[in-house]
Amino acid sequence: MPVSYGTLLRAGLALLLLALVLWPQGFAPVFAPFAPEGGPVIYTRASLLSLSLGHLGLVAVATLASTVVAVLLAILVTRPAGAAFRPLSRTLTNVGQTFPPVAVLALAVPVLGFGTGPTLVALFLYGLLPIFENAMTALSTLPPRTMEAARGIGLNRWQQLWQVELPLAAPVMLAGIRLSAVIGLGTATIGSTVAARTLGEVIIAGLLTSNTAFVLQGGLIVGLFAVLIYDALVQLERRLTPGRPRPA
Amino acid sequence: MIEIDRITKVYGDTTVVDAVSMTVDTGTITAIVGTSGSGKTTLLRMINRLVEPSSGEVRINGEPTRDTAPHLLRRRIGYAIQGHGLFPHHTVARNIAAVPRLLGWPRYRIAARVDELLGLFGLDPAEFRDRYPQDLSGGQQQRVGVARALASRPDLLLMDEPFGALDPIIRARAQQDLRAIQQKLGSTIMIVTHDMDEAMSLGDRVGVMDGGRLVQYAPPQEIVARPATPFVAEMVGEAERPLRFLSLIPLRDLVEPGEAEGAPLSDAASLRDALSACLRSGRDAVPVTRDGAPMGRVTLAALRREAARCP
Repeated sequence: MPVSYGTLLRAGLALLLLALVLWPQGFAPVFAPFAPEGGPVIYTRASLLSLSLGHLGLVAVATLASTVVAVLLAILVTRPAGAAFRPLSRTLTNVGQTFPPVAVLALAVPVLGFGTGPTLVALFLYGLLPIFENAMTALSTLPPRTMEAARGIGLNRWQQLWQVELPLAAPVMLAGIRLSAVIGLGTATIGSTVAARTLGEVIIAGLLTSNTAFVLQGGLIVGLFAVLIYDALVQLERRLTPGRPRPA
Repeated sequence: MIEIDRITKVYGDTTVVDAVSMTVDTGTITAIVGTSGSGKTTLLRMINRLVEPSSGEVRINGEPTRDTAPHLLRRRIGYAIQGHGLFPHHTVARNIAAVPRLLGWPRYRIAARVDELLGLFGLDPAEFRDRYPQDLSGGQQQRVGVARALASRPDLLLMDEPFGALDPIIRARAQQDLRAIQQKLGSTIMIVTHDMDEAMSLGDRVGVMDGGRLVQYAPPQEIVARPATPFVAEMVGEAERPLRFLSLIPLRDLVEPGEAEGAPLSDAASLRDALSACLRSGRDAVPVTRDGAPMGRVTLAALRREAARCP
Protein backbone atom coordinates (compact mmCIF):
# COMPACT_ATOMS: atom_id res chain seq x y z
CA MET A 1 0.00 0.00 0.00
CA PRO A 2 1.45 3.39 -0.88
CA VAL A 3 2.08 5.60 2.14
CA SER A 4 0.11 8.82 1.79
CA TYR A 5 1.44 12.28 2.51
CA GLY A 6 -1.06 12.55 5.40
CA THR A 7 0.24 9.40 7.06
CA LEU A 8 3.83 10.63 6.84
CA LEU A 9 2.93 14.01 8.29
CA ARG A 10 0.97 12.36 11.07
CA ALA A 11 3.89 10.06 11.95
CA GLY A 12 6.33 12.99 11.84
CA LEU A 13 4.25 15.12 14.19
CA ALA A 14 3.76 12.20 16.57
CA LEU A 15 7.54 11.57 16.70
CA LEU A 16 8.22 15.26 17.29
CA LEU A 17 5.70 15.26 20.13
CA LEU A 18 7.20 12.14 21.71
CA ALA A 19 10.68 13.66 21.51
CA LEU A 20 9.52 16.95 23.06
CA VAL A 21 7.90 15.12 25.98
CA LEU A 22 10.47 12.37 26.62
CA TRP A 23 13.75 14.05 25.67
CA PRO A 24 13.28 17.79 26.17
CA GLN A 25 17.05 18.41 26.72
CA GLY A 26 17.62 17.56 23.09
CA PHE A 27 15.74 20.71 22.09
CA ALA A 28 17.85 23.05 24.20
CA PRO A 29 19.67 24.51 21.17
CA VAL A 30 16.31 25.23 19.49
CA PHE A 31 14.78 27.04 22.47
CA ALA A 32 17.99 28.70 23.72
CA PRO A 33 17.54 31.94 21.69
CA PHE A 34 14.20 32.53 23.47
CA ALA A 35 15.47 32.03 27.02
CA PRO A 36 16.66 35.02 29.11
CA GLU A 37 20.42 35.53 29.51
CA GLY A 38 21.81 32.79 31.79
CA GLY A 39 18.28 31.52 32.58
CA PRO A 40 17.12 27.88 32.17
CA VAL A 41 16.13 26.85 28.63
CA ILE A 42 14.30 23.61 29.38
CA TYR A 43 11.59 23.23 32.05
CA THR A 44 12.87 20.74 34.62
CA ARG A 45 10.80 21.39 37.74
CA ALA A 46 8.47 18.53 36.80
CA SER A 47 8.63 15.70 34.30
CA LEU A 48 6.94 16.73 31.07
CA LEU A 49 5.65 13.19 30.72
CA SER A 50 3.77 13.31 34.00
CA LEU A 51 2.40 16.78 33.16
CA SER A 52 1.27 15.52 29.75
CA LEU A 53 -0.44 12.50 31.24
CA GLY A 54 -2.13 14.67 33.86
CA HIS A 55 -3.25 17.10 31.18
CA LEU A 56 -4.63 14.41 28.88
CA GLY A 57 -6.30 12.56 31.74
CA LEU A 58 -8.02 15.70 32.91
CA VAL A 59 -9.32 16.50 29.43
CA ALA A 60 -10.36 12.89 28.84
CA VAL A 61 -12.35 12.67 32.07
CA ALA A 62 -13.98 16.07 31.51
CA THR A 63 -14.86 15.34 27.88
CA LEU A 64 -16.22 11.93 28.80
CA ALA A 65 -18.42 13.47 31.49
CA SER A 66 -19.62 16.21 29.11
CA THR A 67 -20.36 13.57 26.47
CA VAL A 68 -22.39 11.38 28.80
CA VAL A 69 -24.43 14.29 30.15
CA ALA A 70 -24.87 16.14 26.85
CA VAL A 71 -25.79 13.03 24.83
CA LEU A 72 -28.24 11.82 27.46
CA LEU A 73 -29.79 15.28 27.55
CA ALA A 74 -30.00 15.40 23.75
CA ILE A 75 -31.65 11.96 23.66
CA LEU A 76 -34.12 13.08 26.32
CA VAL A 77 -35.16 16.30 24.59
CA THR A 78 -35.55 14.63 21.19
CA ARG A 79 -38.13 12.15 22.59
CA PRO A 80 -41.75 13.31 22.29
CA ALA A 81 -42.06 13.32 26.08
CA GLY A 82 -38.94 15.46 26.56
CA ALA A 83 -39.54 18.05 23.85
CA ALA A 84 -40.81 20.53 26.43
CA PHE A 85 -37.35 20.59 28.06
CA ARG A 86 -35.53 21.52 24.90
CA PRO A 87 -35.43 25.33 25.39
CA LEU A 88 -34.42 24.91 29.04
CA SER A 89 -31.57 22.53 28.30
CA ARG A 90 -30.34 24.75 25.48
CA THR A 91 -30.23 27.68 27.86
CA LEU A 92 -28.35 25.66 30.47
CA THR A 93 -25.68 24.41 28.07
CA ASN A 94 -25.36 27.90 26.58
CA VAL A 95 -24.71 29.35 30.02
CA GLY A 96 -22.06 26.65 30.52
CA GLN A 97 -20.36 27.89 27.37
CA THR A 98 -20.64 31.64 27.95
CA PHE A 99 -19.34 31.45 31.50
CA PRO A 100 -15.57 31.99 31.14
CA PRO A 101 -13.58 29.02 32.49
CA VAL A 102 -11.46 31.43 34.54
CA ALA A 103 -14.57 32.62 36.34
CA VAL A 104 -15.64 29.03 36.93
CA LEU A 105 -12.22 28.30 38.43
CA ALA A 106 -12.47 31.33 40.70
CA LEU A 107 -15.94 30.33 41.87
CA ALA A 108 -15.15 26.64 42.25
CA VAL A 109 -11.95 26.95 44.26
CA PRO A 110 -13.66 28.01 47.51
CA VAL A 111 -15.97 25.01 47.24
CA LEU A 112 -13.67 22.32 45.83
CA GLY A 113 -10.28 23.65 46.97
CA PHE A 114 -7.16 23.94 44.85
CA GLY A 115 -6.15 21.18 42.41
CA THR A 116 -7.87 19.12 39.81
CA GLY A 117 -11.49 19.53 41.00
CA PRO A 118 -12.24 23.11 39.86
CA THR A 119 -10.50 22.55 36.51
CA LEU A 120 -12.56 19.45 35.89
CA VAL A 121 -15.76 21.38 36.61
CA ALA A 122 -14.75 24.24 34.29
CA LEU A 123 -13.80 21.91 31.44
CA PHE A 124 -16.95 19.86 31.91
CA LEU A 125 -19.24 22.91 31.73
CA TYR A 126 -17.34 24.39 28.84
CA GLY A 127 -17.53 21.16 26.86
CA LEU A 128 -21.28 20.57 27.20
CA LEU A 129 -22.58 22.95 24.54
CA PRO A 130 -20.84 21.71 21.36
CA ILE A 131 -21.68 18.09 22.16
CA PHE A 132 -25.26 18.83 23.14
CA GLU A 133 -26.00 21.05 20.12
CA ASN A 134 -24.51 18.58 17.67
CA ALA A 135 -26.22 15.57 19.24
CA MET A 136 -29.55 17.36 19.29
CA THR A 137 -29.25 18.48 15.68
CA ALA A 138 -28.17 15.02 14.58
CA LEU A 139 -31.01 13.28 16.42
CA SER A 140 -33.70 15.67 15.20
CA THR A 141 -32.68 15.67 11.52
CA LEU A 142 -32.56 11.93 10.86
CA PRO A 143 -34.00 10.88 7.47
CA PRO A 144 -37.77 10.71 8.10
CA ARG A 145 -38.39 7.76 5.78
CA THR A 146 -35.75 5.69 7.49
CA MET A 147 -37.35 6.44 10.85
CA GLU A 148 -40.81 5.65 9.46
CA ALA A 149 -39.48 2.34 8.18
CA ALA A 150 -37.80 1.61 11.52
CA ARG A 151 -41.13 1.98 13.29
CA GLY A 152 -43.04 0.27 10.51
CA ILE A 153 -41.03 -2.93 10.53
CA GLY A 154 -41.44 -3.33 14.27
CA LEU A 155 -38.43 -1.91 16.12
CA ASN A 156 -39.43 -0.84 19.61
CA ARG A 157 -38.29 2.52 20.95
CA TRP A 158 -35.02 1.25 22.41
CA GLN A 159 -34.20 -0.63 19.25
CA GLN A 160 -34.95 2.47 17.18
CA LEU A 161 -32.58 4.45 19.37
CA TRP A 162 -29.76 1.89 19.52
CA GLN A 163 -29.94 0.39 16.08
CA VAL A 164 -30.92 3.37 13.96
CA GLU A 165 -30.87 6.78 15.63
CA LEU A 166 -27.54 6.64 17.48
CA PRO A 167 -25.55 4.99 14.67
CA LEU A 168 -26.89 7.51 12.16
CA ALA A 169 -26.27 10.44 14.49
CA ALA A 170 -22.81 9.21 15.56
CA PRO A 171 -20.65 11.12 13.04
CA VAL A 172 -22.24 14.48 13.83
CA MET A 173 -22.15 13.77 17.57
CA LEU A 174 -18.51 12.83 17.30
CA ALA A 175 -17.78 16.15 15.58
CA GLY A 176 -19.16 17.87 18.69
CA ILE A 177 -17.05 15.68 20.97
CA ARG A 178 -13.99 16.50 18.88
CA LEU A 179 -14.64 20.21 19.21
CA SER A 180 -15.07 19.87 22.97
CA ALA A 181 -11.92 17.79 23.37
CA VAL A 182 -9.78 20.25 21.42
CA ILE A 183 -11.18 23.29 23.24
CA GLY A 184 -10.60 21.36 26.47
CA LEU A 185 -6.95 20.67 25.62
CA GLY A 186 -6.32 24.39 25.28
CA THR A 187 -8.47 25.45 28.21
CA ALA A 188 -6.91 22.90 30.59
CA THR A 189 -3.70 24.96 30.61
CA ILE A 190 -5.33 27.59 32.81
CA GLY A 191 -6.00 24.82 35.35
CA SER A 192 -2.41 25.32 36.47
CA THR A 193 -3.41 28.64 38.03
CA VAL A 194 -5.32 26.65 40.63
CA ALA A 195 -2.60 24.01 40.96
CA ALA A 196 -3.97 21.34 38.66
CA ARG A 197 -1.16 19.27 37.18
CA THR A 198 -1.31 20.25 33.50
CA LEU A 199 1.08 21.44 30.81
CA GLY A 200 -0.14 24.95 31.63
CA GLU A 201 2.43 24.81 34.44
CA VAL A 202 5.24 25.14 31.88
CA ILE A 203 3.57 28.05 30.10
CA ILE A 204 2.70 29.91 33.29
CA ALA A 205 6.20 29.39 34.69
CA GLY A 206 7.48 30.95 31.46
CA LEU A 207 5.09 33.90 31.73
CA LEU A 208 6.01 34.55 35.40
CA THR A 209 9.74 34.54 34.71
CA SER A 210 9.54 36.19 31.26
CA ASN A 211 11.03 32.99 29.83
CA THR A 212 9.66 32.68 26.29
CA ALA A 213 11.42 29.33 25.87
CA PHE A 214 9.13 27.75 28.51
CA VAL A 215 6.06 29.31 26.93
CA LEU A 216 7.01 27.95 23.52
CA GLN A 217 7.85 24.54 24.90
CA GLY A 218 4.54 24.16 26.74
CA GLY A 219 2.51 25.70 23.92
CA LEU A 220 4.10 23.48 21.30
CA ILE A 221 3.36 20.30 23.22
CA VAL A 222 -0.28 21.28 23.88
CA GLY A 223 -0.69 22.34 20.25
CA LEU A 224 0.71 19.07 18.91
CA PHE A 225 -1.57 17.05 21.19
CA ALA A 226 -4.54 19.08 19.95
CA VAL A 227 -3.66 18.60 16.28
CA LEU A 228 -3.08 14.86 16.61
CA ILE A 229 -6.18 14.19 18.69
CA TYR A 230 -8.29 16.28 16.32
CA ASP A 231 -6.95 14.27 13.42
CA ALA A 232 -7.56 10.93 15.14
CA LEU A 233 -11.17 11.87 15.85
CA VAL A 234 -11.70 12.98 12.24
CA GLN A 235 -10.47 9.54 11.13
CA LEU A 236 -12.90 7.89 13.54
CA GLU A 237 -15.80 9.99 12.21
CA ARG A 238 -15.01 8.95 8.67
CA ARG A 239 -15.16 5.33 9.70
CA LEU A 240 -18.49 5.81 11.41
CA THR A 241 -20.10 7.63 8.50
CA PRO A 242 -22.91 5.35 7.30
CA GLY A 243 -22.52 3.40 4.14
CA ARG A 244 -18.76 3.44 3.96
CA PRO A 245 -17.48 -0.10 4.13
CA ARG A 246 -15.28 -0.48 7.17
CA PRO A 247 -11.69 -1.23 6.20
CA ALA A 248 -10.92 -4.85 7.00
CA MET B 1 -58.06 -12.92 5.64
CA ILE B 2 -57.94 -9.30 6.78
CA GLU B 3 -61.17 -7.81 8.08
CA ILE B 4 -61.42 -4.07 8.53
CA ASP B 5 -64.45 -3.27 10.59
CA ARG B 6 -65.85 0.28 10.70
CA ILE B 7 -62.42 1.74 11.29
CA THR B 8 -62.38 5.49 11.95
CA LYS B 9 -59.74 8.13 12.60
CA VAL B 10 -60.65 11.56 13.93
CA TYR B 11 -58.11 14.37 14.38
CA GLY B 12 -59.77 17.20 16.31
CA ASP B 13 -62.85 18.09 14.26
CA THR B 14 -61.68 16.34 11.11
CA THR B 15 -62.69 12.81 10.32
CA VAL B 16 -59.81 11.54 8.20
CA VAL B 17 -61.08 7.99 7.81
CA ASP B 18 -64.80 7.51 8.23
CA ALA B 19 -66.12 4.08 9.23
CA VAL B 20 -64.34 2.11 6.52
CA SER B 21 -65.14 -1.59 6.35
CA MET B 22 -63.57 -4.02 3.92
CA THR B 23 -62.41 -7.61 3.70
CA VAL B 24 -59.19 -8.62 2.01
CA ASP B 25 -58.86 -12.25 0.97
CA THR B 26 -55.65 -14.14 1.61
CA GLY B 27 -53.36 -14.28 -1.40
CA THR B 28 -54.83 -11.27 -3.21
CA ILE B 29 -53.71 -7.74 -3.97
CA THR B 30 -56.00 -4.94 -2.88
CA ALA B 31 -55.25 -1.48 -4.22
CA ILE B 32 -56.53 1.55 -2.34
CA VAL B 33 -56.70 4.54 -4.63
CA GLY B 34 -57.65 8.13 -3.95
CA THR B 35 -56.48 11.73 -4.20
CA SER B 36 -54.17 13.17 -1.55
CA GLY B 37 -56.11 13.84 1.62
CA SER B 38 -58.59 11.06 0.90
CA GLY B 39 -57.44 9.14 3.98
CA LYS B 40 -55.92 6.22 2.08
CA THR B 41 -52.52 6.38 3.79
CA THR B 42 -54.11 6.82 7.22
CA LEU B 43 -56.26 3.77 6.53
CA LEU B 44 -53.15 1.74 5.70
CA ARG B 45 -51.23 3.02 8.72
CA MET B 46 -54.07 2.05 11.03
CA ILE B 47 -53.70 -1.57 9.96
CA ASN B 48 -50.19 -1.87 11.46
CA ARG B 49 -51.06 0.68 14.13
CA LEU B 50 -48.58 3.33 13.08
CA VAL B 51 -51.76 5.35 13.58
CA GLU B 52 -54.11 4.23 16.36
CA PRO B 53 -57.74 4.05 15.18
CA SER B 54 -60.23 6.27 16.99
CA SER B 55 -62.77 3.47 16.74
CA GLY B 56 -63.40 0.25 14.91
CA GLU B 57 -61.07 -2.71 14.64
CA VAL B 58 -58.90 -4.70 12.27
CA ARG B 59 -58.72 -8.49 12.44
CA ILE B 60 -55.98 -10.52 10.81
CA ASN B 61 -57.06 -14.14 10.42
CA GLY B 62 -59.78 -13.45 12.99
CA GLU B 63 -57.41 -11.99 15.59
CA PRO B 64 -57.97 -8.32 16.51
CA THR B 65 -54.78 -6.31 15.97
CA ARG B 66 -55.26 -4.43 19.20
CA ASP B 67 -54.57 -7.62 21.17
CA THR B 68 -50.88 -7.46 20.16
CA ALA B 69 -48.31 -4.84 21.19
CA PRO B 70 -47.79 -2.51 18.20
CA HIS B 71 -44.11 -3.34 17.59
CA LEU B 72 -44.81 -7.08 17.77
CA LEU B 73 -47.79 -6.69 15.42
CA ARG B 74 -45.62 -4.81 12.92
CA ARG B 75 -43.09 -7.65 12.78
CA ARG B 76 -45.88 -9.81 11.37
CA ILE B 77 -46.90 -7.21 8.79
CA GLY B 78 -44.55 -6.23 6.00
CA TYR B 79 -44.24 -2.51 5.36
CA ALA B 80 -42.79 -0.89 2.24
CA ILE B 81 -42.91 2.84 1.60
CA GLN B 82 -42.14 5.35 -1.09
CA GLY B 83 -38.42 6.09 -1.25
CA HIS B 84 -37.78 2.66 0.38
CA GLY B 85 -36.61 3.93 3.83
CA LEU B 86 -33.64 1.57 3.90
CA PHE B 87 -31.14 1.88 6.74
CA PRO B 88 -28.18 3.70 5.17
CA HIS B 89 -25.71 2.34 7.75
CA HIS B 90 -26.56 -1.30 7.07
CA THR B 91 -25.66 -3.45 4.09
CA VAL B 92 -28.33 -4.75 1.72
CA ALA B 93 -28.23 -8.13 3.47
CA ARG B 94 -28.57 -6.59 6.92
CA ASN B 95 -31.46 -4.42 5.72
CA ILE B 96 -33.34 -7.42 4.37
CA ALA B 97 -32.52 -9.36 7.53
CA ALA B 98 -33.95 -6.65 9.80
CA VAL B 99 -37.23 -8.36 10.73
CA PRO B 100 -35.91 -11.96 10.84
CA ARG B 101 -33.21 -10.69 13.24
CA LEU B 102 -35.88 -9.08 15.41
CA LEU B 103 -37.74 -12.38 15.39
CA GLY B 104 -34.57 -14.19 16.46
CA TRP B 105 -34.20 -16.46 13.45
CA PRO B 106 -31.00 -18.55 13.48
CA ARG B 107 -28.18 -17.02 11.45
CA TYR B 108 -28.04 -19.69 8.71
CA ARG B 109 -31.77 -19.35 8.11
CA ILE B 110 -31.49 -15.56 7.79
CA ALA B 111 -28.59 -15.84 5.34
CA ALA B 112 -30.52 -18.34 3.21
CA ARG B 113 -33.63 -16.16 3.23
CA VAL B 114 -31.65 -13.05 2.22
CA ASP B 115 -30.10 -14.84 -0.75
CA GLU B 116 -33.45 -16.32 -1.74
CA LEU B 117 -35.12 -12.90 -1.76
CA LEU B 118 -32.26 -11.20 -3.61
CA GLY B 119 -32.53 -13.92 -6.27
CA LEU B 120 -36.29 -13.51 -6.44
CA PHE B 121 -35.88 -9.78 -7.10
CA GLY B 122 -33.27 -10.34 -9.78
CA LEU B 123 -30.33 -9.10 -7.70
CA ASP B 124 -27.30 -11.39 -7.69
CA PRO B 125 -26.71 -12.21 -3.98
CA ALA B 126 -22.93 -12.40 -4.34
CA GLU B 127 -22.84 -8.96 -5.91
CA PHE B 128 -25.42 -7.12 -3.82
CA ARG B 129 -25.35 -8.71 -0.37
CA ASP B 130 -22.57 -6.53 1.03
CA ARG B 131 -23.34 -3.27 -0.77
CA TYR B 132 -24.80 -0.24 0.93
CA PRO B 133 -28.18 1.24 -0.09
CA GLN B 134 -26.65 4.44 -1.50
CA ASP B 135 -24.57 2.38 -3.93
CA LEU B 136 -27.75 1.05 -5.62
CA SER B 137 -29.97 2.59 -8.28
CA GLY B 138 -33.46 3.81 -7.35
CA GLY B 139 -35.07 0.69 -8.79
CA GLN B 140 -32.69 -1.59 -6.92
CA GLN B 141 -33.24 0.26 -3.65
CA GLN B 142 -36.97 -0.08 -4.09
CA ARG B 143 -36.64 -3.83 -4.70
CA VAL B 144 -34.52 -4.21 -1.57
CA GLY B 145 -37.20 -2.25 0.31
CA VAL B 146 -39.89 -4.70 -0.80
CA ALA B 147 -37.59 -7.67 -0.13
CA ARG B 148 -37.09 -6.39 3.43
CA ALA B 149 -40.87 -6.13 3.86
CA LEU B 150 -41.32 -9.74 2.70
CA ALA B 151 -38.36 -11.22 4.59
CA SER B 152 -40.21 -12.85 7.47
CA ARG B 153 -43.06 -14.17 5.28
CA PRO B 154 -45.55 -11.76 6.83
CA ASP B 155 -49.29 -12.45 7.00
CA LEU B 156 -49.83 -9.20 5.13
CA LEU B 157 -47.73 -6.74 3.16
CA LEU B 158 -48.65 -3.06 3.33
CA MET B 159 -47.25 -0.80 0.63
CA ASP B 160 -47.59 2.98 0.67
CA GLU B 161 -46.92 4.39 -2.81
CA PRO B 162 -43.97 1.98 -3.09
CA PHE B 163 -43.25 2.93 -6.69
CA GLY B 164 -43.89 6.65 -6.29
CA ALA B 165 -40.23 7.65 -6.59
CA LEU B 166 -39.48 5.59 -9.69
CA ASP B 167 -39.49 6.75 -13.30
CA PRO B 168 -42.29 5.36 -15.53
CA ILE B 169 -40.26 2.60 -17.19
CA ILE B 170 -38.71 1.23 -14.00
CA ARG B 171 -42.09 1.64 -12.38
CA ALA B 172 -43.87 -0.58 -14.91
CA ARG B 173 -41.17 -3.21 -14.43
CA ALA B 174 -41.50 -3.00 -10.65
CA GLN B 175 -45.27 -3.51 -10.91
CA GLN B 176 -44.84 -6.59 -13.10
CA ASP B 177 -42.22 -7.98 -10.72
CA LEU B 178 -44.48 -7.41 -7.74
CA ARG B 179 -47.32 -9.24 -9.47
CA ALA B 180 -45.06 -12.16 -10.35
CA ILE B 181 -43.59 -12.39 -6.86
CA GLN B 182 -47.00 -12.12 -5.24
CA GLN B 183 -48.28 -15.01 -7.36
CA LYS B 184 -45.20 -17.08 -6.57
CA LEU B 185 -45.35 -16.49 -2.82
CA GLY B 186 -49.13 -16.21 -2.48
CA SER B 187 -48.72 -13.05 -0.39
CA THR B 188 -51.61 -10.89 0.72
CA ILE B 189 -50.89 -7.29 -0.25
CA MET B 190 -52.58 -3.96 0.36
CA ILE B 191 -51.14 -1.17 -1.72
CA VAL B 192 -51.97 2.52 -1.55
CA THR B 193 -51.59 4.62 -4.69
CA HIS B 194 -52.93 7.79 -6.24
CA ASP B 195 -52.51 6.28 -9.70
CA MET B 196 -55.65 4.59 -11.05
CA ASP B 197 -53.63 2.79 -13.74
CA GLU B 198 -51.41 1.25 -11.08
CA ALA B 199 -54.44 0.28 -8.99
CA MET B 200 -56.16 -1.31 -12.00
CA SER B 201 -53.15 -3.24 -13.18
CA LEU B 202 -52.11 -4.53 -9.75
CA GLY B 203 -55.34 -4.91 -7.80
CA ASP B 204 -57.49 -8.02 -7.68
CA ARG B 205 -59.84 -5.60 -6.02
CA VAL B 206 -59.69 -1.83 -6.00
CA GLY B 207 -60.96 0.37 -3.18
CA VAL B 208 -61.61 4.01 -4.04
CA MET B 209 -61.34 6.48 -1.15
CA ASP B 210 -62.91 9.93 -1.24
CA GLY B 211 -63.03 12.31 1.71
CA GLY B 212 -62.27 9.57 4.24
CA ARG B 213 -64.94 7.19 2.95
CA LEU B 214 -64.55 4.04 0.94
CA VAL B 215 -66.90 4.90 -1.93
CA GLN B 216 -66.42 1.74 -3.97
CA TYR B 217 -64.68 -1.55 -3.35
CA ALA B 218 -64.84 -3.94 -6.26
CA PRO B 219 -62.82 -5.79 -8.90
CA PRO B 220 -61.29 -3.44 -11.51
CA GLN B 221 -63.76 -4.53 -14.24
CA GLU B 222 -66.67 -3.47 -12.09
CA ILE B 223 -65.04 -0.14 -11.14
CA VAL B 224 -64.71 0.66 -14.83
CA ALA B 225 -68.08 -0.71 -15.87
CA ARG B 226 -70.15 0.66 -13.01
CA PRO B 227 -68.46 3.53 -11.13
CA ALA B 228 -70.41 3.98 -7.91
CA THR B 229 -70.09 7.76 -7.71
CA PRO B 230 -69.20 10.63 -10.08
CA PHE B 231 -65.86 10.81 -8.23
CA VAL B 232 -65.01 7.20 -9.12
CA ALA B 233 -65.99 7.88 -12.71
CA GLU B 234 -63.68 10.88 -12.70
CA MET B 235 -60.82 8.81 -11.25
CA VAL B 236 -61.34 6.21 -13.97
CA GLY B 237 -61.43 8.94 -16.62
CA GLU B 238 -64.78 9.16 -18.44
CA ALA B 239 -63.34 9.44 -21.95
CA GLU B 240 -61.00 6.49 -21.47
CA ARG B 241 -63.50 4.10 -19.93
CA PRO B 242 -64.03 1.88 -22.99
CA LEU B 243 -60.26 1.51 -23.39
CA ARG B 244 -59.75 0.73 -19.72
CA PHE B 245 -62.56 -1.77 -19.96
CA LEU B 246 -60.87 -3.51 -22.88
CA SER B 247 -57.50 -3.46 -21.14
CA LEU B 248 -58.90 -5.58 -18.29
CA ILE B 249 -60.12 -8.47 -20.50
CA PRO B 250 -57.65 -11.07 -21.84
CA LEU B 251 -57.87 -12.19 -25.47
CA ARG B 252 -58.65 -15.75 -24.43
CA ASP B 253 -62.14 -14.58 -23.37
CA LEU B 254 -63.02 -13.35 -26.86
CA VAL B 255 -61.09 -15.67 -29.15
CA GLU B 256 -63.12 -17.25 -31.97
CA PRO B 257 -62.16 -19.93 -34.48
CA GLY B 258 -60.70 -18.70 -37.72
CA GLU B 259 -57.59 -17.37 -39.42
CA ALA B 260 -56.08 -13.90 -39.52
CA GLU B 261 -53.11 -12.23 -41.16
CA GLY B 262 -50.08 -10.69 -39.51
CA ALA B 263 -48.20 -10.99 -36.24
CA PRO B 264 -50.05 -13.01 -33.56
CA LEU B 265 -50.76 -11.95 -29.97
CA SER B 266 -50.63 -14.16 -26.87
CA ASP B 267 -53.97 -15.19 -25.37
CA ALA B 268 -52.96 -13.38 -22.15
CA ALA B 269 -52.68 -10.01 -23.92
CA SER B 270 -55.60 -7.64 -23.38
CA LEU B 271 -58.34 -6.64 -25.82
CA ARG B 272 -56.81 -3.18 -25.75
CA ASP B 273 -53.55 -4.61 -27.09
CA ALA B 274 -55.52 -6.30 -29.88
CA LEU B 275 -57.35 -3.07 -30.73
CA SER B 276 -54.07 -1.23 -30.84
CA ALA B 277 -52.55 -3.92 -33.09
CA CYS B 278 -55.54 -3.73 -35.46
CA LEU B 279 -55.38 0.05 -35.69
CA ARG B 280 -51.65 0.14 -36.21
CA SER B 281 -51.53 -2.41 -38.98
CA GLY B 282 -54.93 -1.63 -40.54
CA ARG B 283 -56.13 -5.22 -39.99
CA ASP B 284 -59.71 -6.31 -39.18
CA ALA B 285 -58.56 -9.27 -37.06
CA VAL B 286 -55.46 -10.53 -35.22
CA PRO B 287 -54.39 -14.16 -34.77
CA VAL B 288 -54.18 -15.42 -31.18
CA THR B 289 -51.77 -18.05 -29.96
CA ARG B 290 -51.47 -19.94 -26.72
CA ASP B 291 -47.90 -20.92 -25.80
CA GLY B 292 -46.97 -20.29 -29.43
CA ALA B 293 -49.65 -22.60 -30.91
CA PRO B 294 -52.43 -21.00 -33.01
CA MET B 295 -55.70 -20.71 -31.08
CA GLY B 296 -57.95 -18.65 -33.33
CA ARG B 297 -58.51 -14.96 -33.90
CA VAL B 298 -60.05 -11.83 -32.41
CA THR B 299 -61.88 -9.53 -34.80
CA LEU B 300 -62.31 -5.77 -34.71
CA ALA B 301 -66.06 -6.26 -34.83
CA ALA B 302 -65.94 -8.43 -31.71
CA LEU B 303 -63.79 -5.80 -29.97
CA ARG B 304 -66.35 -3.15 -30.84
CA ARG B 305 -69.22 -5.29 -29.54
CA GLU B 306 -67.31 -5.95 -26.31
CA ALA B 307 -66.48 -2.27 -25.80
CA ALA B 308 -70.16 -1.41 -26.27
CA ARG B 309 -71.00 -3.64 -23.28
CA CYS B 310 -69.22 -1.14 -21.06
CA PRO B 311 -72.15 0.87 -19.75
